Amino acid sequence: MCPPARTPTEQETHGRRGRPITDHDAHEINRVEELSYDLKTREVMTTELRTASPEMPISKVLDILRIHRISGVPVLAEGNLVGIISLEDIVRAMEKNDLSATTEQYMTRDVVTVASYDSIVKAIRTFTEKRLGRLPVVDENHRLVGMITKGDITRGILVALQKDYKEEEVRRYRASHLFEDIISERTTLVLRYTIKAGDFTQGGKASSHIKRALIRLGADPQITRRCCIAVYEAEMNLIIHTTNGGILKLEVEPHRITMSTVDDGPGIPDTEQVFQPGYSTATEQVREMGFGAGMGLVNMKRCVDTIDLNSTVGEGTKLVMRIFIPDQTIGGRRDEQEDEYTKNH
Amino acid sequence: MHLQDIVRLVEGTHLNPEVDMDIKIRGGCGADLMSDVLASSQPKAVLLTGLTNPQVVRTAQIAEFRAIIFVRGKQPQAETIDIATQEKMPLITSPFGMFELCGRLHHAGLPSFESNVNVPSS
Repeated sequence: MCPPARTPTEQETHGRRGRPITDHDAHEINRVEELSYDLKTREVMTTELRTASPEMPISKVLDILRIHRISGVPVLAEGNLVGIISLEDIVRAMEKNDLSATTEQYMTRDVVTVASYDSIVKAIRTFTEKRLGRLPVVDENHRLVGMITKGDITRGILVALQKDYKEEEVRRYRASHLFEDIISERTTLVLRYTIKAGDFTQGGKASSHIKRALIRLGADPQITRRCCIAVYEAEMNLIIHTTNGGILKLEVEPHRITMSTVDDGPGIPDTEQVFQPGYSTATEQVREMGFGAGMGLVNMKRCVDTIDLNSTVGEGTKLVMRIFIPDQTIGGRRDEQEDEYTKNH
Repeated sequence: MHLQDIVRLVEGTHLNPEVDMDIKIRGGCGADLMSDVLASSQPKAVLLTGLTNPQVVRTAQIAEFRAIIFVRGKQPQAETIDIATQEKMPLITSPFGMFELCGRLHHAGLPSFESNVNVPSS
């Protein structure tokens, strides 16, 4: 058996060990990549420094490394960084049975450093290029201010990711306690959206904002789904059928959600007929987009507890739908059911 | 079933690679009428459809689908891909027709998530 003739690529040696990048990795990498540009080395470096001096005996350096469980220290002479000494250097001294030698005899003088104001991506690159385990961090005046290892970078990124996560949690927590924190006889949160006629590209955008808002408010997933389907159908109706568009309004109260649309025409001649499954006045173009099957109002009715449609030809249409919330679940947070994964695997 | 497994089964192409594909899919639904999709689907499924306009993504999002497969090798317009990427909805295109695709996925053990219209959504 022969070893492969070619030399492995840098990525294979240092990076992913030949493992292909999956989409999941790519997704994770995105945020981590962002962070590696945002975070500066000074934010993740260790500032509690152990240092050696050029005259220090190697045996003393070994003690420092052992006591503090580190694998290398920078060497300072009158406050200036003059070298770095690591376990590898000490092993060389040990091989020669030369532990009484001074640090300067074995230290590495050509010190690779990173600046405290550099982003950690620079440090990562330096680690990879130079195959080093630790780097001294220096300030604008080239004075030593800290040390950085790959472990520090990993820890820094994890802390930052956790902070991201916490911020979203806090936002959710605040929103979901809105109704408890604000005291009034009757607290109502009103969301209002202007919907343009014929604007198919934006169609559904208001509904997806509503969905996000309800999730943040801690609404029950089932109620969120019913509300969003009804609102989405109503939003599409404003886009498809109105002359000048209309207003979509959502009023959230702890005990109910009221969804309404108002437009100024053309109006519906027969408000009974539109509830017949399959009845539609949609154009061929709208049907080609998958709408206008005559199921819109039927769908809405199915999703809500009450529906009230008032229309006058030439004046406009007003649609009001309500969903009543058992146990006032908005505000009293409920977690989404676990995605139990037994049914189809 | 993992979305990656589904992509292999349908010999599909992932159209917005920036969107995470490490997703579990619990069922399937095939429809070209958006109202049908809204009326009779259950959450966490994959949508098979011949429509490629941006509304498909919005509909899928509102109806809580986890991915969309376009049948017969259809390529959606750029706006559709943009919205899907923004909303983190994976888009896949497969060279096969609707019947073939439903058959392949069902045969591989993916249940139908099309619910009876008369019953309120699950």
